[in-house]
Amino acid sequence: MLKLERRATPSSIMSVASPLLAAVGMLITGFVLFKVLGKDPVEAFYLFFVKPVSTTYGIGELLLKTTPLLLCGLGLALGFRANVWNIGAEGQLTMGAIAGGGVALWFGDSESAFALPLMLLAGVLGGMAWAAIPAFLRTRFNTNEILVTLMLVYISQLVLSWLVHGPWRDPQGLNYPQSQGFGDAETMSILISGTRVTWGIVYALGLALVAWIFSQKTFAGFRMQVAGLAPAAAAYAGFSEKRNIWIALMICGATAGLAGVCEVAGPIGRLQQQISPGYGFAAIIVAWIGRLHPIGVVFGALLMSLLYLGGEAAQMGMGLPSAITGLFQGLLLFYLLAADLFITFRLKRVAPVEVNTLKPPVRAETAA
Amino acid sequence: MNPIVPMIASTVVAATPLIYAALGETVVERSGVLNLGIEGMMLIGAVTGFATTYATGSAALGFLAAACAAVALSLLFGFLTLNLQTNQVATGLALTLFGIGLSAFVGYNYAGLPVNRLTPITIPGLTAIPVVGDLLFHYDIMVYLSIALFVGVQWFLTKSRTGLTLRAIGESPSVAHSIGKSVLKTRYLAVMFGGAMAGIAGAYLSLVQTPMWVEGMSAGKGWIALALVVFGTWKPTRIVVGAYLFGGVTQFQLFAQGFGLPIPTEFLSMLPYAATIIVLVIICRDPKTILLNQPASLGRSFHSAA
Amino acid sequence: MQRRTFLKVWSMSIAVGLGVAAPAAAPAAEPLKVAFVYLGPRSDGGWTQQHDLARLALEKAMGSAIKTTFVENVPETADSERVFRQLAADGNKLIFATSFGYMEPLQKVAKLFPDVKFEHVNGFKTAANITVYEPRFEEGFYLIGTIAGLMTKTNTLGFIGSFPIPSVMRNINAMALGAQAVNPKIKVKPIWVNTWYDPGKERQAADTLIAQGADNVAQNTDSPASIQAAQEKGTYAFSIDADMSSFGKKAQLSGSTEDWSGYYIDETKKVLDGTWTGNRRIRWGLKEGLVVMAPLNPDIPPEVVKVFEEKKAAIIAGTLNPFAGPIKDNTGKEMVPAGGKMSEATFSSLNWYVEGVEGTVPK
Repeated sequence: MLKLERRATPSSIMSVASPLLAAVGMLITGFVLFKVLGKDPVEAFYLFFVKPVSTTYGIGELLLKTTPLLLCGLGLALGFRANVWNIGAEGQLTMGAIAGGGVALWFGDSESAFALPLMLLAGVLGGMAWAAIPAFLRTRFNTNEILVTLMLVYISQLVLSWLVHGPWRDPQGLNYPQSQGFGDAETMSILISGTRVTWGIVYALGLALVAWIFSQKTFAGFRMQVAGLAPAAAAYAGFSEKRNIWIALMICGATAGLAGVCEVAGPIGRLQQQISPGYGFAAIIVAWIGRLHPIGVVFGALLMSLLYLGGEAAQMGMGLPSAITGLFQGLLLFYLLAADLFITFRLKRVAPVEVNTLKPPVRAETAA
Repeated sequence: MNPIVPMIASTVVAATPLIYAALGETVVERSGVLNLGIEGMMLIGAVTGFATTYATGSAALGFLAAACAAVALSLLFGFLTLNLQTNQVATGLALTLFGIGLSAFVGYNYAGLPVNRLTPITIPGLTAIPVVGDLLFHYDIMVYLSIALFVGVQWFLTKSRTGLTLRAIGESPSVAHSIGKSVLKTRYLAVMFGGAMAGIAGAYLSLVQTPMWVEGMSAGKGWIALALVVFGTWKPTRIVVGAYLFGGVTQFQLFAQGFGLPIPTEFLSMLPYAATIIVLVIICRDPKTILLNQPASLGRSFHSAA
Repeated sequence: MQRRTFLKVWSMSIAVGLGVAAPAAAPAAEPLKVAFVYLGPRSDGGWTQQHDLARLALEKAMGSAIKTTFVENVPETADSERVFRQLAADGNKLIFATSFGYMEPLQKVAKLFPDVKFEHVNGFKTAANITVYEPRFEEGFYLIGTIAGLMTKTNTLGFIGSFPIPSVMRNINAMALGAQAVNPKIKVKPIWVNTWYDPGKERQAADTLIAQGADNVAQNTDSPASIQAAQEKGTYAFSIDADMSSFGKKAQLSGSTEDWSGYYIDETKKVLDGTWTGNRRIRWGLKEGLVVMAPLNPDIPPEVVKVFEEKKAAIIAGTLNPFAGPIKDNTGKEMVPAGGKMSEATFSSLNWYVEGVEGTVPK
């Protein structure tokens, strides 16, 4: 009989090996799945994981899609570590896009060098302002942030819809719901020529580094981790819970807001009814795949981004319905999450014995 | 025609799937497990219920099959989070992704097919009463069962022995474990119950509210159900009130539009979401409310080495 | 792209090897690749499904001369540009973009691939290799108004709107005008649900309209929820995009649906024989068979059917223009003078209600 046993310390070998284990599991499942569907598994894997990044343009697209996932994922990971359950990064992203886009529209055709920096700043502030609502309600009225952040996602999308249908509608746009296109001064420059990837990915990677330093080396980062792992100890040590909540939500609001403005000032180039295909929600998964570690989140975001591109390639290349993409993504995530088990646990062969309930068992609770 | 009665009837139908899903999730969360996969399980329930009823003509079998299919999905969630200790938030979201994909995939051939709607039951003597009959005695059986479910869950959580064990596990699995309660078994049962209810909620959409199957037809109701659990501070009464409130405010804003209110419709559409936040703020003014009601171990894995 | 180039080089080297001068034209054996980009899933039972049915009809009609590809669930975000670009790079020579929100990305990609032909539904920006096509929905909705205006007992019609964009505004106005032409007492109540697809909410909207006295409800959202609501309440409703009578045999009186197959076959043939051009703005309606009225409900009395058939014939013959003057907006201001017709600019940017529609346009 096999039994799980907690390791004394998390295995560093397994923390590298577990994603590989997940990949092997996925390959086997994918192989069976595609065989059953009557498709060539090798071609399917090629389309999913290789073809999307086989060109410079493809790599650019991968990084472009990684940017918002990484930005949101970083902020969320920080919050989750401190036990702040913000699941509304999508709303903060939308507000960032609105605020940044609003500044761009205010500048109009101006060629001011201040336009873009102010847009980015506005985006960050917009996201923060939106995240301040759940922070305020939680700290002042004790209102659960899961509900508030989620409801604010719907509200932010309706605000955006109202703006592009009404006050911010392009006067030349035949009353269709979109704003005027942003000028060159309001658009981020391209990082790699021939692609669409902007400086946004550089900001995101830079922030990942900053987040890593923040959580490892600063006292505030330490306080937040303690608050997440052992709230009682944190309270005993006099760490303010309220301050942690504010810090967590403000940082996530800022990064998600930046993600939003990077979308509208980058590949989209205007405000329109839909800005994000759900980056704020996908980033929750990204954060956990990255094990809430800033560097891990970078890899999580890259992988998630690749899965989206791969899904499109599989549709174009072999006529697989888009439903398969969701199925495949879900399975891969299950494997990745499950494989992490072996970092903190190991399998041990034990002889089946009668459990002595009188003996006090060793217990463990983990936050992850 | 008095428009108020049909408005209330429409609200009840809109709120019923939310009640099933949210009450199911309440039991799950009270045991300390957070399953964010309701949307995925609802869709699997919707497609299974539809396909079964389409094939057999029986709505009862449809609901049953829907519950079973969603339970199967919840077992997957249970195995991952309870046995393999994966993170509950991420696993739940992955379950939603998986459920949306799987339901769309298996349901492809059912799109556009009709199925007979589960008809309202008539109670001799009562349904015929003017106004009151329409208001109270003119619903399908699932509406009445949702009330029964509410009573049942309320009783289970507050009065039954197993319910107390479940809550104890949700508060502190290690303590419950040390006095000999099986955390794993209880949580598994809770997760399965949550799955079954989400499946029924999904089937209610595809068999009663809008009898058809289209991929993604839950249109975010799983998320609303999740929010309602928090809204109701894990208390069945408040959750049911919340579901009717949410359905009612949605109905009200549409009703107001029909009278040509000069307010941008986007703002009217925000009302249900904004109202949910505001009411929750009022409920939670007292700082102890959430702390006292939120299961202390919510979202945390538990591993017993014994 | 690579594979295609490889094939070309390969076939040419064979030709050279055989001592035959390489012909100017590439071998005809290679089929024309035609791609479709969908906003929703193929099985949505409405808008996207109609496009996909036409894609299948196109495949059937053209046989081995073409090869089609589709990508479904492509959001109107930064993602669509990549999909278009990838499809063009993969050698698709004719690409149909079936949602309005693809307009800006299409402009960018079309510049990069001047030899690829793009067709965009409901947009307004053309280019040397972009042609815009649009159904004359207003014809279908005018006829919906004709039937509803004659069938209503309450003189109140309902309309469930998604978003107040010009193409939807045209439908609600056309329905009101069509109904008023046969019944001057008509009022139209619109409800906007701010979504294209949410069966539960559409259902609640239909319930609301029916409760407020609208006994004929038309819709511009995607699900058959309003037909189901009418079926239960014993009132009438009209479908959009596809025939939805299977969801309410008694309730659905007719509907405005699309059959894109004729258009897609036409355009594909144009590309094959080299007569395709960009910069066109095509509107097809009842006459061309793109707009098709869903089968009439047998419960409609013969005298109503007669009026309907006359109006339909007049629209097809071009003697009846749904937007012919005089048209007043719902504040009483004259928008189109008597004897005149609606200008192109007004038509394509319509954002006001005609007289008899209640409320103010959400702006």
